[in-house]
Amino acid sequence: MSEVLLDIKNLKTSFRIKDDYYAAVDNVSLIVKKNEVLAIVGESGSGKSAFAFSIMGLHTRAKIEGEINYKGNNLVQASPNQMKKLRGNEMGMIFQDALSALNPLMVVGAQIDEAIFLHNPKSSKSLRKKQVINLLNQVGIPRPEKTYDQYPHELSGGMRQRIVIAMAISNQPELLIADEPTTALDVTIQSQILDLIKELKETIHAGIILITHDLGVVAEMADRVAVMYAGQIVEIADVYTLMENPQHPYTRSLLNSIPTLNDVKEDLHVIEGVVPSLQNLPRTGCRFASRIPWIKDSVHEASPELHEISSGHYVRCTCYKDFYFPEQAEEECNYVAN
Amino acid sequence: MWKLIVRRTLITIPQIIVLSILVFILAQAMPGDALTGLIDPNIDPATIEAMRERLGLNNPWYVQYIDWVKGVLQGDFGQSFRFKMPVSDLIGERMVNTLWLSLATLILTYLIAIPLGIISGRFNDTWLDRAITGYTYIGFAAPLFIFALVMLFVFGFQLGWFPTSGSVAPGTEPGTFAYFISKLNHLLLPALSMALITTVSTVQYLRSEIIDTKQKDFIVTARAKGASESRVYNRHVLRNSLLPIAAFFGYEITGLIGGTIFIENIFGYPGMGELFLSSISLRDYSVMTALVLLFGLAAIIGALLSDIILSLVDPRIRIK
Repeated sequence: MSEVLLDIKNLKTSFRIKDDYYAAVDNVSLIVKKNEVLAIVGESGSGKSAFAFSIMGLHTRAKIEGEINYKGNNLVQASPNQMKKLRGNEMGMIFQDALSALNPLMVVGAQIDEAIFLHNPKSSKSLRKKQVINLLNQVGIPRPEKTYDQYPHELSGGMRQRIVIAMAISNQPELLIADEPTTALDVTIQSQILDLIKELKETIHAGIILITHDLGVVAEMADRVAVMYAGQIVEIADVYTLMENPQHPYTRSLLNSIPTLNDVKEDLHVIEGVVPSLQNLPRTGCRFASRIPWIKDSVHEASPELHEISSGHYVRCTCYKDFYFPEQAEEECNYVAN
Repeated sequence: MWKLIVRRTLITIPQIIVLSILVFILAQAMPGDALTGLIDPNIDPATIEAMRERLGLNNPWYVQYIDWVKGVLQGDFGQSFRFKMPVSDLIGERMVNTLWLSLATLILTYLIAIPLGIISGRFNDTWLDRAITGYTYIGFAAPLFIFALVMLFVFGFQLGWFPTSGSVAPGTEPGTFAYFISKLNHLLLPALSMALITTVSTVQYLRSEIIDTKQKDFIVTARAKGASESRVYNRHVLRNSLLPIAAFFGYEITGLIGGTIFIENIFGYPGMGELFLSSISLRDYSVMTALVLLFGLAAIIGALLSDIILSLVDPRIRIK
């Protein structure tokens, strides 16, 4: 298909808690191609953001192991100076909460200007201003000249998110990481922002890593999807396969949790329990096992691997073969009884 | 912007009125007056009573208050019973001294606090930070008057680097360069002693602000834009962390007033603080009320300055 932009091998990001390191991202390997949207889905605490921050080199106190290969360079080994040149230039990042992601004491125009200036220190001020106005136009800000001189608190949530996006794309990045770009927005604004990101994908031809927990967003935006649980990728496939034919119990539980009109009378499906905290995470065996206690232990692998079950579709642990929902079992029982 | 400043300034007017009433009533509430004790006991009580009547000391407090305010507005704080000279003349020369002392202390305070706070906050939990916070704890724990005495003993008497009292060497001609140097020389030790102690709260404040700010999301944004660490700190962290320091400025002035009272007495520096204590012990009411009023005014102006500075540096406070 298209060229590989980012090749991540066995990435492990660990945080120090007291005297030990605990991996929040545990042996993640995946590739991002040019011009594709790779969605990373998972609950809060599954390591999605830690993963994104590792790629950008934004962790200040974490131990990062493995390889992040970008254009022949391993970013894990890159010097702070090399990373500084990449960040904001070839790699842009869109943050979740646009209000806190903007400096409250700087007008938004100056903040976008800074992003351009840092990578083109010789460009003239008037040229940069023109570029900023263009960017503001590009992200759909109605009165760019006026907005240039406004402070973040004077703008609405949607406008702020557009500013953050403008900042991320100001140097035509080749890789764009969007960390839950729509979580803090209401639904109508969400769809506008998603449309904007889609449009940008067409114009800047970047590889996009979209981090989200919203499967609706995934269905609309993604080309491929990686499902993350407790620091590991448990399933990865193209978006159609994953939506039509999900295999891993976690993926199926997530999809099952989306309310539909058909079963409006039934209770919403919930995945019992929470993602275990870093310190309490079982490091051996199937990490999802504790949340599907009705499944026999014997069906889990001792050290679960990713299995390719069809071209490009990988699933971790063999437990997917014997997985069923408890409600299903009841229905079947009732059916047999009747 | 201007609207905010004007409105904020107008608010100080009722504050000043309330302050003046309070000051006056407090002075009235003190037992005795200028005619008790200081006058020859052989004088006929009826004469003293007549004198009281003549000086208006028997009038109800509000009449006395209005008389006093009328005078104050014309710059007349009355007569010092002790020095037998107008209070305004007496305070005038000392006020200049105190003003210089306070200004020098303020400058030294920030000269010490800002670099220490930045280092301590940026490199928190390193040995450098521990050394700086260690100093601030000592500063918090050491009473100003003890510390000042130690400074005076070591640098004034033992090493003899600085003069130990007065505000200028006797016999120097005002207006000459030697006069200025002599003033500065007399100023330095008291100002430094006070600054070393009062600065610790600002250091601590700045340190915790920087630690707080450097974990904010917009700092991550700045890094994601490709800003270098020094740019992140100078451009993004520092300005956001200085906001509360600006807000703290007014209280710094109030603290200075308390500080100068101790410092001037210890260093025998002829300023308002030194005058204040001696006036209390000698019941020199007119001087005392005038000084309390001036100290109060300084505090009100300090708070006003804080608000104006804050509105200049923080766009979120400006009300359209």
